[in-house]
Amino acid sequence: MLGMNKKDTALMIVVAILALGAPILLNPFPTESAMAQFNAGYPDLMQRFAIFGIFAIGFNILFGLTGYLSFGHAAFLGVGSYSVVWMYKLLDYNVIWGLPLAIATAGIFALLIGFISLRRSGIYFSILTLAFAQMSFNLAYSVLTPITNGETGLQVYTEDPQVLLGANEANAPHLFGLVMNQSSKLSMGGWEFTFNNGYYFCAVILMLMFYLAIRIFRSPFGMMLRAIKSNNTRMAYTGLNPRPYALAAFVISGMYAGLAGGLMAAMDPLAGAERMQWTASGEVVLMTILGGTGTLIGPVLGAGFIKYFENIFSKINDNILHGWFSFLPDGLEDFVVFIIHPFIGKGWHLTLGILFMLVVIFLPGGLVEGGQRIKKLITSKKDDDSNTAKTEPAE
Amino acid sequence: MSKTTMTRRGVLKTGAVAGAGVALPTIFTASSAAAYTNEPTGSTVKFGFNVPQTGPYADEGMDELRAQELAVEHINGMGDGGALNTFSSKALGGDGVLGKKVEFVTGDTQTKSDAARASAKSMIEKDGVVMINGGSSSGVAVAVQGLCQEAGIIFMAGLTHSNDTTGKDRKANGFRHFFNAYMSAAALAPVLSKEYGTDRRAYHLTADYTWGWTQQESIAAATEAMGWETVNNVLTPLAATDFSSYIAPVLNSGADVLVLNHYGGNMVNSLTNAIQFGLRDKVVNGKQFEIVVPLYSELMAAGAGENIKGVYGSMNWNWQLQDEGTKAFVQSFGKKYGRPPSNSAQTCYAQTLLYADAVARAGSFNPCAVAEALEGFEFDGLGNGPTLYRADDHQCFKDVLVMKGRDNPTNEYDTLEVVEKTPVDQVTYAADHAMFGGAEASLGTCNPGA
Repeated sequence: MLGMNKKDTALMIVVAILALGAPILLNPFPTESAMAQFNAGYPDLMQRFAIFGIFAIGFNILFGLTGYLSFGHAAFLGVGSYSVVWMYKLLDYNVIWGLPLAIATAGIFALLIGFISLRRSGIYFSILTLAFAQMSFNLAYSVLTPITNGETGLQVYTEDPQVLLGANEANAPHLFGLVMNQSSKLSMGGWEFTFNNGYYFCAVILMLMFYLAIRIFRSPFGMMLRAIKSNNTRMAYTGLNPRPYALAAFVISGMYAGLAGGLMAAMDPLAGAERMQWTASGEVVLMTILGGTGTLIGPVLGAGFIKYFENIFSKINDNILHGWFSFLPDGLEDFVVFIIHPFIGKGWHLTLGILFMLVVIFLPGGLVEGGQRIKKLITSKKDDDSNTAKTEPAE
Repeated sequence: MSKTTMTRRGVLKTGAVAGAGVALPTIFTASSAAAYTNEPTGSTVKFGFNVPQTGPYADEGMDELRAQELAVEHINGMGDGGALNTFSSKALGGDGVLGKKVEFVTGDTQTKSDAARASAKSMIEKDGVVMINGGSSSGVAVAVQGLCQEAGIIFMAGLTHSNDTTGKDRKANGFRHFFNAYMSAAALAPVLSKEYGTDRRAYHLTADYTWGWTQQESIAAATEAMGWETVNNVLTPLAATDFSSYIAPVLNSGADVLVLNHYGGNMVNSLTNAIQFGLRDKVVNGKQFEIVVPLYSELMAAGAGENIKGVYGSMNWNWQLQDEGTKAFVQSFGKKYGRPPSNSAQTCYAQTLLYADAVARAGSFNPCAVAEALEGFEFDGLGNGPTLYRADDHQCFKDVLVMKGRDNPTNEYDTLEVVEKTPVDQVTYAADHAMFGGAEASLGTCNPGA
């Protein structure tokens, strides 16, 4: 279907079901229950899942296929965000103007940075991209403050021109009147599900981008990119110049990042310089590795996994812990809370770090490999694989 | 490559499915009957405390959390009531707010606008908070304030010192109790001229971002007004940890005062470098060389240790004050945590109580009613003396403290001494002051959401 083979079609359908059903799938616990803490089905986090999914898919086109490890992709994310907010300021709140511009400007940036950085490979390439991204961050943070509004972040003020703004137009990002931050809620028993316009907008784009990635992976162009990864020198000896292919992959993944950045600003009309910082670039590397480098669905899972930890675990505090363990005797309760304390709240980095290590050590292929092992266990019982590593795929 | 087979039946089927998909969201009733965002319906109401728990200001954030937790205890009638006993408004009865028990959720801003907004959004969308309090950086405060304005809840700013928070970025749903760079400058300038004379030459090192600039602008204006000359202003990158290369040129510039517009770790490092270069032992233009740190905090003073002795700065509040409100709060805080509160803790404590009190006086959690109750509200007994919440820009006006690093500290918390309590009249400015966005800055209209 649509130029995909059977397996890819099945994968595409799974992604579509996950993306469209997320508001229900991510809210498995009733609102009033103690487990509601772990519900992730609220608009902001779901939007982040989709946006960082797009970001990671694009990153994977470069890293997973060509093997070039870029440490500067956050720069394109930031450029995309700034483009969209500038369109809000100059034209109006319709995201239709900003998003194509975000993709275009990120593409131009990627072309410039890629052209220079791709003269080197391996660690030198990584360091060059890191340097460019850090440079962009510093420019955005202070030097280019008239354009980026520096530390405070670029936002829309009432005195901005907004030349296309209609009289009855919504005062928040929208797509031809479909306001992004509006939601409809559905209450069923103890559950409450939120269906947010912005999330569905992101989810549809995520599906399109996922489809595009499948087509790139399966195309002759994708084969060329794999050739760069497997043996760059041999490719050159056969008379093919690898650089244009690598540059094209770099620009494509930069445009994915620009789109993701644009969507961030489309959900929340503010662009901060921090999203260009090197930690943000590192995060997408982690997402891709955690999910499974070079696989199609892996980066999306990795993105979801990391964002889930960042947003859910960081909000658990001691009071909540005491609530959970209040059935224990006093001394024991305090002891248990004391043990868990370093891993929650401000310690979410620690929890994530431990899980990341476990995944990298025991599942080098990322979460996708975990899924494959589970599948293998189920389908072929006769297999003498004693490994019972079980990793739940991230939500 | 792809093959398309279209049949009449197929098209009809696809159309029907697509139609149902489009119609789906409209089946559910769009918005419920709530009059405003997150109207509390049960027996409890939730506050959101969004503070930095990781990153450069994590210490400030943890102290803010302690104070916020204490404030919730006092509102719910637990503990000794703290400053509620000395607070001039008696609308809170120690039984929660409007009969509802207060609960709270916490989040980590990481001192990044993006992360702060993500955390604040999850509080609003998932936990259903009616108010967010916190923030230890002006960039974060401005970003979260904008978010609360859009979402239709109240933002009670924590530690944010930039003029912009209640200047060009002021919002109808946002309120600030903390003082700002202009007030620091207005309070410091007279003390500096008294101590160091009126013909000084000042050299500024400024953290290169919004807060640093507004502070540098304010200090330069105030000191120049009393006769000082600004020799040079050098912007330093926020990430800098070694300031030696910035300190060396100061000696050759002919300046005799160094102003460090730095905060947190930046300030600790730059001050330490300056001391190591022996700046304070130099005599330039026949005068003793001096260093000024316009914005002080207890945690910074502790970090800088010995180096802070004799250095002037300003603060919003200090635990050593002797009024009834301060004593009640410090005693209550000390009993629970075994240490005196910092001034960022005090501002968050006061903000939480002020919000709860405004709700009680307004008789509603509706953000517009609460905002109306806070606007022009005059109160006393929270530690800062008589204070006014100005209606024009939602900024608190109160006395400002000029501080000096103590020469002989008696214990680890006793690092600063109060030199002067600058009266509120001296630090008051017009709401349309040029440093605060001028006449164009406006609060906009209150947004109740929903």
